[in-house]
This record gives sequence, C-alpha cells and structure tokens, in this order.
Amino acid sequence: MLEKMIFGRYIPGNSFVHKLDPRSKLSFVFLFIIGVFLANNTITYAVLLGFTLLVILSSRIRLYFLFNGLKPILFLIIFTLLMHIFFTKEGALLVDWKFIKIYEEGVRQGIFISIRFLVLVLLTSILTLTTSPISITDGMEDLLGPFKRLKLPVHELALMMSISLRFIPTLMDETDKILKAQLARGSDISTGSIKQRIRAVIPLLVPLFVSAFKRAEDLAVAMEVRGYRGGEGRTRYRQLKWHWRDTTIMVLLAALVVVLFLLRA
Amino acid sequence: MKEILSMDNVSYSYDSEDEVAKKAVDGVSFTVQEDEWIAIVGHNGSGKSTLAKLMIGLLFPEEGNVNVFIEKLTEDNIWEIRSQMGFVFQNPDNQFVGSTVQDDVAFALENSGVPFEEMVTRVNDALAQVKMSDFLDQEPHHLSGGQKQRVAIAGALALHPKLLIMDEATSMLDPQGRNEVIHLVEELKRKTGLTVISITHDLEEALLADRIIVMNKGKVLTVGTPEQIFARGNELEEIGLDLPFALRVSSLLRENGMELVGEHMTEEELVNELWTSHFSK
Amino acid sequence: MDISLQQVGYLYGKDTPFEKRALQGVDATIRSGSYSAIIGHTGSGKSTLLMHLNGLLKPSEGIVKIGDTTITAGTKAKGLKEVRRHVGIVFQFPEHQLFEETVEKDIMFGPMNFGVPEEEARRRAHRLIELLGLPPEVAQQSPFDLSGGQMRRVAIAGVLAFKPSVLVLDEPTAGLDPRGRLEIMELFNRLHVEEKLTTILVTHSMEDAARYADNIIVMHNGSSVMSGTPQEVFADEKKLTSFRLGLPRSVKFQRDVEKLIGRPLQGLALTEAQLAKAIAFAAKEEGGR
Repeated sequence: MLEKMIFGRYIPGNSFVHKLDPRSKLSFVFLFIIGVFLANNTITYAVLLGFTLLVILSSRIRLYFLFNGLKPILFLIIFTLLMHIFFTKEGALLVDWKFIKIYEEGVRQGIFISIRFLVLVLLTSILTLTTSPISITDGMEDLLGPFKRLKLPVHELALMMSISLRFIPTLMDETDKILKAQLARGSDISTGSIKQRIRAVIPLLVPLFVSAFKRAEDLAVAMEVRGYRGGEGRTRYRQLKWHWRDTTIMVLLAALVVVLFLLRA
Repeated sequence: MKEILSMDNVSYSYDSEDEVAKKAVDGVSFTVQEDEWIAIVGHNGSGKSTLAKLMIGLLFPEEGNVNVFIEKLTEDNIWEIRSQMGFVFQNPDNQFVGSTVQDDVAFALENSGVPFEEMVTRVNDALAQVKMSDFLDQEPHHLSGGQKQRVAIAGALALHPKLLIMDEATSMLDPQGRNEVIHLVEELKRKTGLTVISITHDLEEALLADRIIVMNKGKVLTVGTPEQIFARGNELEEIGLDLPFALRVSSLLRENGMELVGEHMTEEELVNELWTSHFSK
Repeated sequence: MDISLQQVGYLYGKDTPFEKRALQGVDATIRSGSYSAIIGHTGSGKSTLLMHLNGLLKPSEGIVKIGDTTITAGTKAKGLKEVRRHVGIVFQFPEHQLFEETVEKDIMFGPMNFGVPEEEARRRAHRLIELLGLPPEVAQQSPFDLSGGQMRRVAIAGVLAFKPSVLVLDEPTAGLDPRGRLEIMELFNRLHVEEKLTTILVTHSMEDAARYADNIIVMHNGSSVMSGTPQEVFADEKKLTSFRLGLPRSVKFQRDVEKLIGRPLQGLALTEAQLAKAIAFAAKEEGGR
C-alpha cells in the first residue's frame, strides 16, 4: 500500500519541469493556488484544467502512475463531490426520487470544487515528484531569505529539514532491523488486542529513540568539529540558477491569470 | 622537525556519582611531530577515545595542557585550530551531514566561508584523492561503509589540514572497507606527507604507523616504533591487545621447537626468515 | 533440527517499480548439530538468506524447510512464531535491540514471548548473566548504563534465553576489541560443543570460518556457489577469488611457504596452531635429509 503511494515522493527525471529552478516552481505553485480562486465559471475552470494537464504532460510523469498513486486522494475528491450534490439546495430541481433531491446548483458547485481540489493536488504532486526534497529546501531557504530580517531562523530551519531528509532512509532501515530483531525474539505486533499491540510497539520504539538520540549526538559533534557555528559567515555550495525557462513559466503564469480575469463571470 | 600536537601531563575524569572519580585520562604526555603517523592503541575503555576528544577540544583537560600547532588549546582559539585539522569518526553514518557526497565534502568549507568557485575545485580535488569522483551526486544510503569513510576523509582533505585525526574510523567496516580506508590513508601519507593520528584497536593498522602509543587504564603504557612495541608481546596480550599475525605464528613456531632469529612484523619477513634459517640449506 | 533450502529466490519490493532481486536458486542444507559458516562479500545475499532461516522473510520462490515446518511464498504468518522459538538469531550489533528497564527484564523478554513462565525466565536470565561472564549485579541495572561489550553480551543472553535449538549469528563480534572478539567466539564454540547447539555463523572473517565451522556455504550475487568442509572450500583459492573472497591468513601463509620451498606442506592449515605444526614438521624433514 505505502509502496504505491506517490504523494510526496521524488521521481528523478530530466524533463522541462524537472530542470526548473526550485524557486520558480515554488513561487509558481504558490501563485497558482491563489489563481485557482479566480475561477468561477465553466470556461475558467476548463482553462485551469487544461493548463494543469499541460504541466503534467511537460513533466513526463506517466499519467497512469500519477493517478494510481493519487487514488486515496481521488476518493476524498469524490466524497466532496457527493456532499455537494446531495446537500446543496439551489437552482432547478434535476432529480426527485424518493428522499433524494438533486439540484442543478449542487451539481455545478460539486464539479467546480472537485476540479479546484484536483488541480491543486495534481500541481503540488508534480512539484514534489519532479523536485528533490533537498532542492525544495534550498528554494524555500532562498525565497524566505527576506524574513531573516524579522529574526526568522530561516537557515536553521532549512538545515534541520535537509538533515531530517537525509536521515529518513537511515532510520527506515534501522526500524526494519529492530523490528526483525524483536520478531526473532517472539514479539508479535500483528495479533492480539489493541492494548497488546500497543504494548508490543514499545520494544520497537525504545531502541529506535535510543539510536536516534545517539545519532543526533554524534552528528552534532561531527558538525561542531567540522566548524559549524550557525548561518553567519557561511558560504553556500548548493547554488541555484535562474534560467530562461524559469522566466518563461512565470510569464505563462501571468498570462494564465490575465486570461482567468478576462473570462471570469 | 616541527611539533604538531603535544599532550603535557593531561588528566581528565568524567563526572561520576562514585566518590573516587576514576580518571579516564591520567597524566598523559606525548608529542607528535610533523609528517608522523601515530597510532594510539588500547582496548575499549583504556582512555583512548577521551584522548581523541581532548585533542579536538570537545573536552578540556582538568590538569595539564593540550597544545595543537604549538598553541595551547583554549575555548578562544578552538575554532581557528579546528579549521586546520580533519577528523574521521567511528560511525560512517552519523558524520555524514550533506545530502549527497559532494555536499558533505563541502560542509566544512561552507562553515569557514570559502568562496563558491574555490569550493568547487577543492571538493573535486578532494574526491579525486579518495577516488570517489564518480559518486558526486550519490546519496549516503547508497554507499558502503568504506565509501562513506572515504567521503569523510575527503571532507577533511578539502580543508587542506595540517593534521588528520581518525577515531576508530575502521572499526565498524567489513574487511574490504577496512582495507580501502587503510590503504587510502597509507597512500595519502606517502604522497602528501600528511600528519596522521589514528586511534584504533586494529593492530594491522597500527603496524603501518611510525610510532605507536599504547594506552592502558588512562595512562600511556609505552611509546615506540611498531618493532619496539611488539617486542613486548605477552605484555600486550595481557592488556587485551592482539599481536600481529606474523608474531603470533613466530611464537607458535618456537613452541614447536623451531629456532628463529629476531622478531618479524609482517608475513613477508617471517617467510624470508624461515627460508634463510631452515629451508635454504 | 535440520534446515534445508531448495531453489530459494527472494525479491525485495515485489511487483513495485522498486523491485530488486536478492536471492536466486539458493540450495543449502544445514544438519542438526553442525557448525556452519555462511561467507560472502558485502551484498552477496548473506543477510537476506539469514532471515529465511527463521521465517522473518518468506521465500518468493522455492522451499525452506525448518525441522518439520515447510515455508513457501504462500505460508501464513501464524505458524512462523513457533519456528522462531527453535531458531534464534543474534543480529549484527544486537545491543541495538535492548529496550527494557533492567538487564534481567530484557533477557526475559524472549522466553516470556514464547510462553516460558516468569519464574523460569528469571532463573534463566540469572544463569545466562553468569555464563556470559557479566557481574551478577548488572541484573537490576539498566542495559543502557553498561559498556558496549557488556551490552552485546546482554543482547546475546536475550536470544539464548529462549533455548533455541539452532543459533544463527550475524557478525557477532563486529566492532569489538580483540579480546572481546575472542571471548565471544569461544563462548559460542563452547555452547556448540557442550550443548550440541546447531550453529550458523554469518561472517566476513575467513579465519573464524576456518577455525570454527565444519561446513561452509559460499554466497555470491544472491546464489549459493560453493559448499563443503573448510578443507574443501579453502583448497580452491582461484574459485574463492572469483567470488571476491580471500583465504584465511594461515592458509595464505602456508601457500607462501609452499611457494618458497617448492613442495606442499601437510594438510591445510586452518588455524595458526596447525600452521606452526605443519611448518615445524616440514623443517624437521628438511633437516633430516
């Protein structure tokens, strides 16, 4: 199940979207989210949907893979759609069968909200699927740069995030090892009452915490000894480069906003 | 010869609830000269790890002085001094800070504010020295233990250090990884004349050093060349250390009634001795 | 308890885009009462194979037989706990599995999971603390206050405590100093000899394999490529080299001597003592000529 889930995963690639600067991608998604709320009629929602499809195509992520991975979220979207259809009571009555009454406005609203939701999920997925977590971190650090003046610890936050990301696979392996070791000692997590199962998690959690703290301590020592003293006076090895393609998509986004403005009701 | 590091009657004890706090390091003195390779050996708990912490200013001595580059190590000059030394620790995973190989090598450079263009050259040079140039963008969990330690060494080399300290850097590696790392250090030593202090319980590693410092119960038991040290055979075994293979076999051969001239550190020497004394007639 | 593997294959992440083959066509037999060593370089499939020995992994292909239990891809997880009672595994760096408040409780964790009464489990814990050469007062201490070497012993006791009839050891001495290494290996050997404990050692150390095992299985690229007595396996240097493995130091030294004197020494020197004897014997012959 988890293996098939792709939300939040990164798939390396070499497409136009992959090669974009994380800053332009992040700003794009952020502004797009605002732009989505400009849509308020059939034509503007159609434009949004079309635009999103274009982005997906240029990312070269396989559609089948994308929809398969987003299945759990699609379920949520369908649920929203049904809620609207059954509970909005405006406009012409379309269906009147026993206790079920469906109104025109309900269907319209439901479809619009679902498209909005779908478009948002798709675009943010494309962002995480085409951008390595570390690039996202770099991009965020850079975009949030101005907030350093307000004493927001932007650099520290970014470093924390990149180190956490770097240790995720290590800790996953560790969890698996400890789980196997306790299973070999007769521990049993998959059977018994809920209380028993919760108790069976302790032999897994304690060693995991002990090891995570040990790692954190070692890492802190290694960082200190290698001269880490906070963001001040530090140079950066990971450099971000703004290309013509980044300008292009920002222009495209501006065009989209203009179109939405002109076409909205 | 120039002095690189010296311990001058250094003592340290950890806070302990026991009334008589045992000294982890007790009146230790020694000097390391430029271009030397020093191995500090001792069983677990002999005080050698505490010694390492004192050398890099993670701990400061209760008594005595630690001098690095002829300067007394204090809280004020510690950062300046650290920027001229490289470290490799025991656990390959827990010292890998960067998200990729090249990021990790650059970490210490970023900290000392090296300009971007120079970082790129230094990172590439350092990775070439440890033969990891093909792994620039590799993530740590795709590397073997030996490879991670080589990256850690590259991270140290990128600083152009005057001293490289390795704290049990090979003890968690498989034999292949251990060989990779030991041979790499040997080669670096030969080519660049780097000063190396390696804290280890691997005697084959210690054999490659110019001098060995044997630690026992927080004190320096003895200092000398590998030949001098291993001449004291049984004494080393008593404090929980191993002897090199050739020495162990020599003593077994003597038990079997064979006469051998002198002590032999390596297998090659021993085979030659066997030939001249017993088989060439 | 005999263990046998027939044409065992294993795939990680089967049927996902991340699928990776770890084992292929592994055949192996481990007889009750034997001391077997599984050797192979890192990534040869040793660790994956090990987890098949007590049902922690089920084979994607082929059959694993542990005593009377047969495990295939379709076997239900339920019966496997019983198998684990009979086959204990000491994993690499086993001290990472400690979690209880006291050493005693941690050692009792395994036996109590397998239904041993509390009192009996406690008795076993104390006996094992003694057997492993730990001071008796550690029983009531937190395992996290012990030294690394002591923690390792406690973890080993935690596996011995449920009295498995087969003991699987994955690099049990990794990271220990020379004295600790020797003590632990000698302990396992004693258990093997005195209690007839079937022992399976997964190791990088050719010396340990040569010294302790009576049966060696060589793994390479996920397959079992060689097996036999240490004498048989270590006689074939060329083949071992092709699997990126070397000879035990004593055998290597024997070969060096043989090259020099131009004739073979008697037997294969699996230990340093055997080596010294063989050389002394050859020297005497030489002198007598």
